[in-house]
Amino acid sequence: MTSVSVDADPAGRSPRAGRRVPLSWIGVVPFLAYVGLFLLLPTALVVIQAFGTPEGQPTLANVRALGESYVLTAFWRSIQLSFATAAIGAVLGAVLAYIVVQGPADGIVRRTVTAAAGVLAQFGGVTLAMAFMVSVGNQGVVTLLLRDVGVNASGGWLYELSGLMVVYLYFQVPLMVLVFLPALDGVKPQWREATESLGGSGWAYWRHVAFPLLTPPFLGAFLLLFANAFAAYATAAALISQGGIIIPLQIRAAMTSETVLGQENVAKALALGMVVVVAVAMALYSWMQRRSSKWLQ
Amino acid sequence: MRGVGASVAVGAIVALAACAPPSDDDSSSTGADGVSASSATSAEEFGGMDALVEAAKKEGELNVIALPDDWANYGELKSAFTAKYGVKINSAKPDAASQDEINAVKTEKGRSSAPDVLDMGGAVTLANTALYAPYKVATWEDIPDSQKEQTGLWVNDYGGYMSIGYDSSKFNGVSALKDLLGSDFKNSVALNGDPTQAGAAFAGVAMASLGNGGSADDISKGVDFFTELKKAGNFVPVQASPATIKTGETPVVFDWDYLNAAQTSENKNWKVVVPEGVVLGSYYNQAISKDAPHPAAARLWQEFLFSDEGQNLWLKGGARPVRMEAMTTAGTIDADLAAKLPEVSGEAVFLTTDQTATATKFLTENWAKAIG
Repeated sequence: MTSVSVDADPAGRSPRAGRRVPLSWIGVVPFLAYVGLFLLLPTALVVIQAFGTPEGQPTLANVRALGESYVLTAFWRSIQLSFATAAIGAVLGAVLAYIVVQGPADGIVRRTVTAAAGVLAQFGGVTLAMAFMVSVGNQGVVTLLLRDVGVNASGGWLYELSGLMVVYLYFQVPLMVLVFLPALDGVKPQWREATESLGGSGWAYWRHVAFPLLTPPFLGAFLLLFANAFAAYATAAALISQGGIIIPLQIRAAMTSETVLGQENVAKALALGMVVVVAVAMALYSWMQRRSSKWLQ
Repeated sequence: MRGVGASVAVGAIVALAACAPPSDDDSSSTGADGVSASSATSAEEFGGMDALVEAAKKEGELNVIALPDDWANYGELKSAFTAKYGVKINSAKPDAASQDEINAVKTEKGRSSAPDVLDMGGAVTLANTALYAPYKVATWEDIPDSQKEQTGLWVNDYGGYMSIGYDSSKFNGVSALKDLLGSDFKNSVALNGDPTQAGAAFAGVAMASLGNGGSADDISKGVDFFTELKKAGNFVPVQASPATIKTGETPVVFDWDYLNAAQTSENKNWKVVVPEGVVLGSYYNQAISKDAPHPAAARLWQEFLFSDEGQNLWLKGGARPVRMEAMTTAGTIDADLAAKLPEVSGEAVFLTTDQTATATKFLTENWAKAIG
């Protein structure tokens, strides 16, 4: 902003106008309406109904259900699963992104990897679950091939928490590549040259320049991955239908159970618990974003 | 100025929310004596079948929900109805659960897309009787008293017995529950869903209890059986579906006999067995939504389902229609189809509402622990 005007009024008002109402907010109305309708309103409903009976009477019973041992176990499993897949996904994704950045910006490698990552980051749900089932399930192609050469690899692991971790990584790593590439692009080669011309070694560059700069976006991306895994539902639902091992599956059970009725508002309470966990994650994420954006201007 | 923007945004939300399509409120068809279709409690009251058919044709559409084509032959039932009466069927969410149907009735209320008719499991049916319209089909007398609500709010429609379906090319035959604990059933046995959610899975555990020294009053032996199955490494926690049966991921599945029978289309080696003396039966229920946007078509659908034709179409799907006994006596049942049903020997057990509630409570507290 360097436009200089002679009689610029510091408050930005035209000297002739009285006190006109600025109309600049009109442009943001559609966005606010959209966010309000599809984000704030449902969230508000979840919060309100979590503290009510189906008839609308206030109650704490739903929230109390969060203290049940099987709910706590599921929360713990959800957090473990999300944390592990976010950590592994972030490291693998960052390494892959780093390799891609070494090449030319419009090179074939980069174009291929970003296109593939764009598709695979969204490749979840039943399709992904079935893909794993038919390759490494009990009767999967790979399992049977191994059996033919005498290796007895049971496919049972796929239907446990360990299996979910492997399957989730399939969309976590590509997502990391997508969100981490811009951060790596922000690292200018001149910084490395500057380090070297001042007599710094490669180690010194990484230790004092690249790591400090990349840590905030890396942690931010990590948190995004955490939230992504935490809310994933369809993939797990197609793989493990028993026992509601993670929270999204318990919410499904409470919403649609044919046998245990009247649990809809317990589902809202479970969702509220998820909102709290993700809100903490997202608050950290935006704080990290602010930290990192200062560095990379 | 944030205040103004926000209030405009809220206004926009209200405006958008008000944009939901209203139901096309053609004052619903009336039959003889000015009885409206939505309050008619029988075809007779409406002025006879012809008047009902006429009114349904005028409505032209019927909204059904949660009716998969491969479930009890619903695919053919739907197309036969359309062919016979020229009423188009809009089939929503074929894979939805009973509770989803009720949720849809509540959330779509007053819109033209709301479900007209419902087909639900027992617990959900009994919990929501305020949402149904009382209606008695022409064949009402054929239905045993214990299988219908006296005013016709809901009626048992078709049922079956819990069975074990298995791939006969992989296993030497299954005759008793205990067989499934053997080592050749590693990673093989699945339920159709989680018993704390799905009626079919719930019945699978109840049946396992009957075959494992338990009773209709005590489902814990069923949970014990599946715990044992898991310990042996034979239980697969995956949701059994036609796809998992086709790929062989779930070569043994606990499910209703009519659902297992339908799986031969996915796997020609699929065999269905109801273990001797372990016979757990259950019926689904048919009801008409009180707020049906197509009240005449809804009632005509009900008439069709409980006619000889409709009942035989269910039988063709391996399900036992509710009028089976009366039709057998009258000689209107399709004998070839009836002969194809899986052999059942032993006294059939039907859980009462109280037994179901007790079992549900036990499962809620213990299933996740037993299997997790």
